[in-house]
Amino acid sequence: MTHAVSHGFVLAGGAADNTRETAFWILAIVSVAAALAMVLTRRAVHCAVLLAVVMLCLAGFYVMLGAPFLAFVQVIVYTGAVLMLFLFVLMIVGITAADSIIETIRGQRLWATIAGIAMLVLLSLTVGHAAIGPAAPNSSKFANSNVSALANLIFTKYLYPFEITSALLITAALGAMVLAHRERTRPKPTQAELARLRIAGPHPTPLPGPGTYAQHNGVHMPALLPDGSQSSLSVNPVLSGADEPDTGVDQRRPEELPGPVGAPAGAALPGGQEAGDH
Amino acid sequence: MVSPGHYIALAVILFVIGAVGVLVRRNAIVVFMSVELMLNACNLAFVAFARLHNQLDGQVIAFFVMVVAAAEVVVGLAILTAIFRARRSASVDDANLMKY
Repeated sequence: MTHAVSHGFVLAGGAADNTRETAFWILAIVSVAAALAMVLTRRAVHCAVLLAVVMLCLAGFYVMLGAPFLAFVQVIVYTGAVLMLFLFVLMIVGITAADSIIETIRGQRLWATIAGIAMLVLLSLTVGHAAIGPAAPNSSKFANSNVSALANLIFTKYLYPFEITSALLITAALGAMVLAHRERTRPKPTQAELARLRIAGPHPTPLPGPGTYAQHNGVHMPALLPDGSQSSLSVNPVLSGADEPDTGVDQRRPEELPGPVGAPAGAALPGGQEAGDH
Repeated sequence: MVSPGHYIALAVILFVIGAVGVLVRRNAIVVFMSVELMLNACNLAFVAFARLHNQLDGQVIAFFVMVVAAAEVVVGLAILTAIFRARRSASVDDANLMKY
């Protein structure tokens, strides 16, 4: 009986080891492939998504290495907050901006690859020389009591670094606010001025909304005019794909507008600039 | 059996990929992402060493690295938006005012 139980236990242990090994290799291949693709893709948004893949794989590694708390922090802070911040800034800073292929420094890519290979060789030799033994036997602080053990360390041995971290975070938040702040260089247009501009322009009325009298009311559906022709005024030029809209009203800022200020319903100004932009 | 050595080898590979990304890419945001990849590789090594030595200090240091990386990203992206607002470009090659 005891023999059978212990045998079953050994089998279960071996199976867990096998699963862990399989998971390691799958995650390792996925993460390295995603990291390589991140360096090689030209579109910045694809890079961000691939980086998210790498970070989720790393969270899996943390779980397997007995760091469940760090795995959660990795998912919440890195994949959740930091990458969302990256995507947010990407949306501001020009989503279409792909890296140009022209090298400004001649042979930069070649030399970067050589430097990378040299670095890989150097690090591999260093790590290969080190005697890295097997992992220490499992203890509870790498499993169930991981959080309390970490808290014990952070609030005793690492208390001062932890406090300094808070100062760093406050400084970073303040710095971000100062750097991203922009003073208004011209007075904000009042409602009366906006109304006057609208009346002075060629379209005193609001522009036709997309989809009016058309088959359905999607934002990309041009409105039908009484004679059955399509009104190009009703669709945001970003959606219609035209570089230069023939409306001549949507591209410019309210200060320069001879025509109406109002864009078609649901249409933002192209480029996402706010009205007070310089 | 996967030993901590495997994880450290993986961390080395990811670190080198991140370093090559910093050298090759010219979109400043992607350069930042590559730096993040390098920091993550370091974190993986820290956690693997913590497991190797059966001590949690490595995990604490990895936690601090995450905090510092978050602060760095916030400030760096704020600088990027400021630069982009001034010169309408996110390429690291365009900021060459101090070159000559």
